Amino acid sequence: MIRRVEARALSERTPVGPLRVIPRLLRPKFLGALGRSAGRRTLGGKVPVLLLSAAGAFAFLFFVSTKLLGAVREVPEVGPLLASKMLGLGLLLFLSILLLSNLIAALSSFFLAKDLPSIVGAPVDWLGLYGGRLIETLGSSSWMVLLMLLPVVAAYQWVYQGDAVFYGIAAAAIIPYLVIPAVLGAAITLVLVRVVPARRTRDILALVSVVAVALLIVGIRVLRPERLMNPEGFRNLVDFLEVLRTPSSPWLPSEWAAQTLVGYLEGRFDPFWLVLLWSTAAGLVVCGAWLHRRLYARGYTKAQEGADTTARRARVWRVFRFVLAPVGLERREMILKDARVFFRDATQWSQLLVLGVLLFVYIYNIRVLPLQTSEALSRFLISMVVFLNLGLAGFILMAIAARFVFPAYSLEGSTLWLIDSSPLPPETFVWSKYWVGAVPLLVLALVLTFVTNRILGVQAGIMALSLVTITCLTLAFVAQALAWGIAMPKFETGNAAQIPTSLGGLLFMLGALASLAAVLATQLWLLRGYMLSGLPGRVSRDPTFWEIASALLATTLLAAGLTVLPYLFARRRVSAGAG
Amino acid sequence: MIRLEGLTKRYGAFTAVDAIDLEVPKGSLFGLLGPNGAGKTTTLRMIAGILQPDEGRVLVEGFDVVRDPYQAKRRLGYIPDRPFVYEKLTGAELLRFVAGLYGQDGAAIEERIEELLRLWDLERWADELVESYSHGMRQKLIISAALVHRPTVLVIDEPMVGLDPKSARLLKDLLRAFAQTGGTALISTHTLAFAEVLCERMAVIDTGRIVALGSVEDLRAQAKAESSGLEEIFLRLTGGAAEGELLRVLEG
Repeated sequence: MIRRVEARALSERTPVGPLRVIPRLLRPKFLGALGRSAGRRTLGGKVPVLLLSAAGAFAFLFFVSTKLLGAVREVPEVGPLLASKMLGLGLLLFLSILLLSNLIAALSSFFLAKDLPSIVGAPVDWLGLYGGRLIETLGSSSWMVLLMLLPVVAAYQWVYQGDAVFYGIAAAAIIPYLVIPAVLGAAITLVLVRVVPARRTRDILALVSVVAVALLIVGIRVLRPERLMNPEGFRNLVDFLEVLRTPSSPWLPSEWAAQTLVGYLEGRFDPFWLVLLWSTAAGLVVCGAWLHRRLYARGYTKAQEGADTTARRARVWRVFRFVLAPVGLERREMILKDARVFFRDATQWSQLLVLGVLLFVYIYNIRVLPLQTSEALSRFLISMVVFLNLGLAGFILMAIAARFVFPAYSLEGSTLWLIDSSPLPPETFVWSKYWVGAVPLLVLALVLTFVTNRILGVQAGIMALSLVTITCLTLAFVAQALAWGIAMPKFETGNAAQIPTSLGGLLFMLGALASLAAVLATQLWLLRGYMLSGLPGRVSRDPTFWEIASALLATTLLAAGLTVLPYLFARRRVSAGAG
Repeated sequence: MIRLEGLTKRYGAFTAVDAIDLEVPKGSLFGLLGPNGAGKTTTLRMIAGILQPDEGRVLVEGFDVVRDPYQAKRRLGYIPDRPFVYEKLTGAELLRFVAGLYGQDGAAIEERIEELLRLWDLERWADELVESYSHGMRQKLIISAALVHRPTVLVIDEPMVGLDPKSARLLKDLLRAFAQTGGTALISTHTLAFAEVLCERMAVIDTGRIVALGSVEDLRAQAKAESSGLEEIFLRLTGGAAEGELLRVLEG
C-alpha cells in the first residue's frame, strides 16, 4: 500500500535540499550492505570471520611495517630520511591506486548504477546527487586502501614513539588525502564519458587498471627488494632514491600528508601542509560540483549510448567449433558459449594479463634464487625448493581456480533458466564447466612446473613426479572450486571478481589448501630418505625407483579422491537444482 | 498435452502452489490467470523443469518432467516472464546455442534461425550482442529461442511484456497456428484481453489453488457475474476489495 505521506511528497514535486538528499541516497546502500551481512550471519558467521581476517591482516602489516621501519631507521646517517621518503613513496603508491579505483567507482555510481534512472527522474537537488554519489564513490574505493594504510600509520607511531595526538593529526591528514582522488576520479570520469560511451569507458578503465597493476608488480619485482637483506642493498636503494627523487615533489597530496605525519613525529610539525591538504580538497570539491552541474546531464544522456556491439564472425570460432567437434554437440555449444562470454568481457579477459605477469615474476624468482651458497648445501636446498615450488605453484593455481572456476556457476545466474528448462543433462553441464576450467589451468600448471624445474636442474624422476603431482592437484582444485561454487553460489553480483570473496570462496581456499598440504606432506614423508641424503656430511644420492613409484601412487590415489568426490557432489547438486 | 497431478511447492512454511490438478489437452491454448504472488510463475517453472515439486507430478506429452526430464524437455519450449539471456552473445549465437542444448545442429537449424529472426524483425540485429537489445527485442529473442527446436508444448509466462502492437498481433497469430497444427500452450498472463481472445479455456489461480476453471462462460457462471467482462470476473474471483483501497490512495 502506498503511504499517503509519500504520495503527497511526490505530488509536490519540489526539489529536496542537498543536506536531506545525501542521507536519503546513501541510506539504501547502507541498509543493503547491512542486510547482506545480516543474511550471511545465518550462513555460519561471516562477520566474525571477516573481523578475524581483518585483525589478522592488520597484525601482519603492522608487524612487517614496524620491522622494516625499525631496520631502515637504524641505517647510519640516511635512516630518518629514508623512513620519511618511504612513507612518501607508500602514500604516492596508495594515491595512484586510489585515483584508479575512484575512476572506476565513479563510473559505476554516477553513470551505470541501476538506481540512477529513478533518481535522475526524481526532483532531486543536483548538489545532493553529486554529494551522495561522491561519498559513495569515496567509500567504495577507499576502504581497502584505508585498511592497508592504518597499520602503516600505527607502525610509524610505534617506531617513533609518538603520542595519542598523532592519531588525530593522522586522521586530519588522511581524510582530505582520500577526498582529493575521489573528486578527481569523479571529474575525470565526467569528462571521459562525454568523449567515450560509458560502457566502453568501463572496458578501457578495466584494462588500464589491470595493465597498471601488472606494471607495478613487474616494477617492484625487478627492483629486487630482497637485496635490502644485505648491506649492499641499502647502498643500491639510496642510489635508486637519489636518481628518482620521487617523494620530493611538493605538488602531490601524498607528499603533504607524509610531511604532516613525519613532521609531527620528528617534532617539526608545520600546519602549512595540513592547511594545504584541506584547502585543496575543499577547492576541488567546489570545482567538482561546478563541473558536475555543467556536464552531468549531458554526460548521463551520453552514458546511455552503448558501445559498438557488433560481433565479428571471427574465423577463430569456426576453428574452435571444428576442434571441439569430438566432444559432442551439447558440450561443444556450452564450451563455445563460455569462451565467447569470457573473451568478450574486458573485465574478464584482462585478468589474463595479470596472470601472465605473475607467471613472469614467478619464473624470475626461481631464476634469481641464491641456491649456490655452498656445494654441500645446494643439493639439499634444490630438492627442498622443488617441493616449495610445487607448493607455491599449487597455491597460484588454487587462486586462479578461485578467480575463474569458482564463479562459473554463479555467473550463469539469471540465465540458468535456459539451461534448466533444456534437456541438457546435468552431467553434461558439469562436465563442460569442469573442462573449460581444467584445460587452460592444466596447460599453465605443466608449463610452470616444467620450466621452473628445468631452471633448477632437477633429476628426471623428480621432474616426472612434479608433473604428475601438479596435474593431480590442478584437477582436484578445479573440481573443488566448481563444487563450492555450485554449493554456495553468489547470483546477486555480475562482477566475477567479487564472487570469490564470498564465504564459499573462502571455504574453497581453505579446503584446497588442506588438499595441497596433504599431498605434499605425503610426498615428503615417502621421499624423506632422499631429501635427507642431500644434507652436508651425508652421502647424497638420487631417489630410488621405489621411492618415486610410491610417491606417484600415493599422490594419484589421494588426488583422485580429492577430485572425484567434489565432482560427484557438483553433479548431484546440479541434478537436484542447486540454484 | 500437459497434465498436473496434485502439484505442490512449498518455500519453508509458505505454500506457493497447493495440490493443483490440471489438464491442458493437445492442440489447445490454455490461459492461467491470477493476481501477483498467486503461484502462476512457480507452477510454470515446475512444468518447465526448472523447479522440482515437493509433491505431485507434471506430465508433458505423457513424460514425467522429474523422472524423464530429457524426453519431457525435448518437447517443451519455455518463455519466462523476464528475458534474461547471455549479454555477450549475439542474437544468432544465442539461438544456435539453444538449438545445441536440444541436440540440433546443421543447415536445417541455420535456416530455422534465419526464419525466426526474419519473422520477428531481428534480422539486422543478428550479429549484435544481446546487451544492446531493447526489452521488447529480448522478449522476441526468447520467444524465438523457445521455438527454435520446434516444440510441441509451449509454456509461456507473461508473453506480452515489452512487445509492440505488431509483434503482439504476430504472437497471437503464431499461437493460434501453433494450436491448429496440434501444439499445446499454457499461457500465464495479466493481459486479460489477450487471454479472452486467444484461450478457449482458462484457470484462475489464487493463493496457490485453482479457484475457477473453464471457458469464459464457465468462469462467468462460477463468479456469478452474468454479462460481465473477464476483468470483472477476475476481480470477483480473486477479491475486488483492492478497488476501494486504490480510490482512497488516489484521493489522498
